Amino acid sequence: MTTASSEREVLVRREPSAFSVRRVTAMVLRYLYLLRGSWPRVAELVYWPTVQMILWGLISRFFMTHSSYVAQAGGILIAGVLLWDILFRSQLGVAVSFLEEVWARNLGQLFVTPLRPYELMLSLAAMSLVRTLVGIVPAALLCIPLYHYSIFTMGLPLIAFFVNLMAFGWAMGLMVSGCILRYGLGAESLAWLAIFALAPISGVYYPISILPGWIQPLAWALPASYVFEGMRAIMLEHEFRADLLLQALSLNALYLAAGGVVFLAFFRAVRRRGLLLQMGE
Amino acid sequence: MQSPANRAGPGIGDKSALGIVRHSTHIAAMFASSAPTDVIRVTALAKRFGEVVAVDGVSFVVPQGETVALLGGNGAGKTTTLSMLLGLLLPSEGSIEVLGEDMLRHRYRVLHRINFSSPYVEMPRRLTPYENLSVYGRLYGLVHVRARIEEIAEELQLIPFMNRPTGSLSAGQRSRIALAKALLNRPELLLLDELTASLDPDTADWVRSYLERYRTRTGATILLASHNMGEVERLCSDVLMMKSGRIVDRGSPAELVARYGRRTLEEVFLDIARRPDEVAAQ
Repeated sequence: MTTASSEREVLVRREPSAFSVRRVTAMVLRYLYLLRGSWPRVAELVYWPTVQMILWGLISRFFMTHSSYVAQAGGILIAGVLLWDILFRSQLGVAVSFLEEVWARNLGQLFVTPLRPYELMLSLAAMSLVRTLVGIVPAALLCIPLYHYSIFTMGLPLIAFFVNLMAFGWAMGLMVSGCILRYGLGAESLAWLAIFALAPISGVYYPISILPGWIQPLAWALPASYVFEGMRAIMLEHEFRADLLLQALSLNALYLAAGGVVFLAFFRAVRRRGLLLQMGE
Repeated sequence: MQSPANRAGPGIGDKSALGIVRHSTHIAAMFASSAPTDVIRVTALAKRFGEVVAVDGVSFVVPQGETVALLGGNGAGKTTTLSMLLGLLLPSEGSIEVLGEDMLRHRYRVLHRINFSSPYVEMPRRLTPYENLSVYGRLYGLVHVRARIEEIAEELQLIPFMNRPTGSLSAGQRSRIALAKALLNRPELLLLDELTASLDPDTADWVRSYLERYRTRTGATILLASHNMGEVERLCSDVLMMKSGRIVDRGSPAELVARYGRRTLEEVFLDIARRPDEVAAQ
């Protein structure tokens, strides 16, 4: 008789390690399959950034003839919109991919495989990057013929902005996913709403200095605020502010750690309460 | 012959005339005599949700190569027990050892050697069975994912619908896909929750036959939560009867039928299920 153990030794690559790139890529593959099989999902990724860009491009065009502030740097509003959308897409990319598992009632299956929670978190971040690029790049390219503005003229600082906004989005996405894990689909709307609560104090379209004094410390506690201030420094003063970049990176390290801790803490709470098998529509 | 589940005897104290089990408080000591080939060793396992006691200090062993049933009505604690065995649910008290590893501390050492199937979880419906099995094959660390999927698809007769969205398949077809997922890594321990609940009699019979062949061929151990008496009588060498979160009796199907003076396991089940909880609690 062949035993299951000996058969499995031939079948399975090796004893599972504490971290496996293969398991992370397996989860990325799962989300790519989903994306590939649903054109409305892809269309939705492209649709919102493009609509935002068109809307704000028109507003920007109007203000350029009426406002000296905006007139100093054509495209500042469009750049704000596109960078804001990186943050929004990044956060949404994590949360929606996680929601796909909840909607599919698949979490119970996933967590009896060798998949670790932090590997799932990494795969969600990887998918968020894919979804963000799919959404943002077409909108940024479309902007060039429509408004004669290319966000790529920012050069290398754009990469620094992108990295910081993605990281902050991941952190927020992990916190939102943790809440969905713990509180179920009742918390689903957080995936779309949570990040918008931060928009008014992130200085997307105006400097932090115009916010009421009491709210400015809150604004400076957000990595996104440093990115948007840095964007304005480049566009209005043609100066790259490394100090702002470093502060954003430092804050992001804290937020990412907090996002991971929140997700893992809620994961443990859910295991205590037995919600993994019940989660779904 | 004494049944394997009774061999270790944890949790079995005095039996009343009605066959009710009184739980021993010296369970750990009783395990000292259990053989090292026990694939599952559960000791004084309990789960409370606030005031509700879902599982109330159950202890049992499942020897290697056996098919053992957790049998009980709705709310008896079968699914909760399985969830704790898998690590999806943390127990309030007690210990769980699977394939020699403490599941509360080292579950990742054995998760690649076990698998499960349950109607309470599903495969993503928008993915095809092939895509779903590809993902799970990689999660379980299979070397030749495509070859294994083709093999299991042929064995379970899944080939005609491997490239259709899983959500478009019938309940029976989806159950076979779930079984394929459960067997993908050739598990040494298979935990099955209400395996054939959504299957027509013909498909259910086919699935049971396949599992019998799988166990005979590989020597795998199976723990089956069910309230299908025919299935339990056919597949299982031992039965753990659960009620109100406790194991109220155990033995082979034949032993239980004889002990209760009944003709079938279903009559034994009804006998236990209709007995007031206070009697079972003694």
